[in-house]
Amino acid sequence: MSDNPTRAEVCVVACAEAWRGDGEILANPIGTIPTIGGRLAKATFEPSLVMTDGEALLVENIVPVGVDNPPKVVAGWNPYRNMFDIVWNGPRHIMMGATQLDRYGNQNLAFLGSYDKPSVQLLGFRGAPGNTINNKTSYWVPNHSPRVFVEKVDVVAGVGYDRARALGRVASRFHHLPRVVTNLCVFDFATDDNTMRLMSVHPGVTVDEVVAATGFDIVVPKDVAESRVPTEDELQLIRDEIDPKGLREQEVPS
Amino acid sequence: MWSQRPSMPDKRVTIEDVVAELADGMTVGIGGWGSRRKPMAIVRAIARSGLRDLTLVAYGGPDVGLLCAAGKVRKVVYSFVSLDSIPLEPHFRAARQQGVVDTFELDEGMFLLGLQASAWRLPFLPTRSGLGSDLMALNPALRTVTSPYADGEELLAMPALDLDVAIVHMNRGDQGGTGQFLGVDPYFDDLMLMAAKKRFMSVERIVATDDFLNEGPVHSLRVNRLMVDGVLETPNGAHFTSCSPDYERDEPFQREYAASAKSAEAWDAFKASYVDVTEAEYQQAVAR
Repeated sequence: MSDNPTRAEVCVVACAEAWRGDGEILANPIGTIPTIGGRLAKATFEPSLVMTDGEALLVENIVPVGVDNPPKVVAGWNPYRNMFDIVWNGPRHIMMGATQLDRYGNQNLAFLGSYDKPSVQLLGFRGAPGNTINNKTSYWVPNHSPRVFVEKVDVVAGVGYDRARALGRVASRFHHLPRVVTNLCVFDFATDDNTMRLMSVHPGVTVDEVVAATGFDIVVPKDVAESRVPTEDELQLIRDEIDPKGLREQEVPS
Repeated sequence: MWSQRPSMPDKRVTIEDVVAELADGMTVGIGGWGSRRKPMAIVRAIARSGLRDLTLVAYGGPDVGLLCAAGKVRKVVYSFVSLDSIPLEPHFRAARQQGVVDTFELDEGMFLLGLQASAWRLPFLPTRSGLGSDLMALNPALRTVTSPYADGEELLAMPALDLDVAIVHMNRGDQGGTGQFLGVDPYFDDLMLMAAKKRFMSVERIVATDDFLNEGPVHSLRVNRLMVDGVLETPNGAHFTSCSPDYERDEPFQREYAASAKSAEAWDAFKASYVDVTEAEYQQAVAR
């Protein structure tokens, strides 16, 4: 394997890294690249992760994405009702999408504009309020732009750090936003006031590009790391086993 | 040989009987999830009826979109409306962006607790879900409750989602109203039924009670007849949503349905072909 990893493959590894150290919990990625990343983490450095087939089964093998009727080693039944048991019981780290995010990690995927007559009706609140107040919640943004990273989200679905803090220590004790992974970089909230901090930029991306593509001031450390590139083993797993059809390149084109 | 005793009720009804039980302004719960195992035959019958101002309670899919497009809906109680393979439901989207339907916005888990509270005849169930989000700001009727125990934790009190009518679609049923799902997920159909005053279940096929365990395991008998007032056989009745393992989603037809949101003319054409027709005519039109 001699060719360089694509941006999409760097994003897969950046997503996988979000679950590092999580141990025996449900890794619950939403979206193509997070799903490939979760399965990569389970196949390599985080083998205790519990994962679904994307529907109602818990599976122990590494199921490829975009393949009809893949083989499944079924280890559990997890219809939607059981998923809420896991959400409320706690051992879960979800990575979900966001139409808007602010510096504290408040997220919107419900609608844009006013509630009475939205300019754009999106999905609705989905599970965002419950996910963020009960479980580790990371975000995946395949189209990093000032339209996504905004000063103020139109409506708060996923709870950010300022909102969690206002609820008090008891109500917010399970709130934790580990990462935001984008097509340009990785953010965390490891600052005194839990505002978004630039953790690493993907190879080929400059800090200035990230700053320009973000609609609020981010915390930029003196030395910003470059996001880790996949190992040979990881590249082989991504290309041959987890995403043989290359769906990742559709989500983040090179 | 087991025989059907005279005491076993016969709850078979027609689609017309179901629609006749509905009235303007009622709150109607619809089973399934997204574009999966929706009672579309009954939904279509409501769409072509004279009913109006309904409040829909659903893990929403084309049931919500179709009834919005048909002008039957005043309010939607929901946490998402999606066609799954097409993430945003275009007819619901259009109705919201025109400002013609109200909503009660909910988190998916709060929605479950609202149904469960109603099914258990409780006024509310406490949860952490929703705290800190804008759900309470959008709906000032939502309240919190303080734990009466030493922890004193303040929780959101999710009110019961009481339904006038529930409609669900299952794979198999018997004439007494027992229902069987043969796919991988029962969704929340049993809670929908227990949350409603009048409960109707359409099924792919009505079978003899002693055939149930030939169709699937005992765990698949999720709906017992205490939950059902009327049962009707509507083959392909969830079309174009999925009804695994009997059939999967009709993706080409779903795309045609979604495209009908592009203009008034497109909707009129779709409506003439697929809504303003009998169920038999519909099934003939989509058998291709």
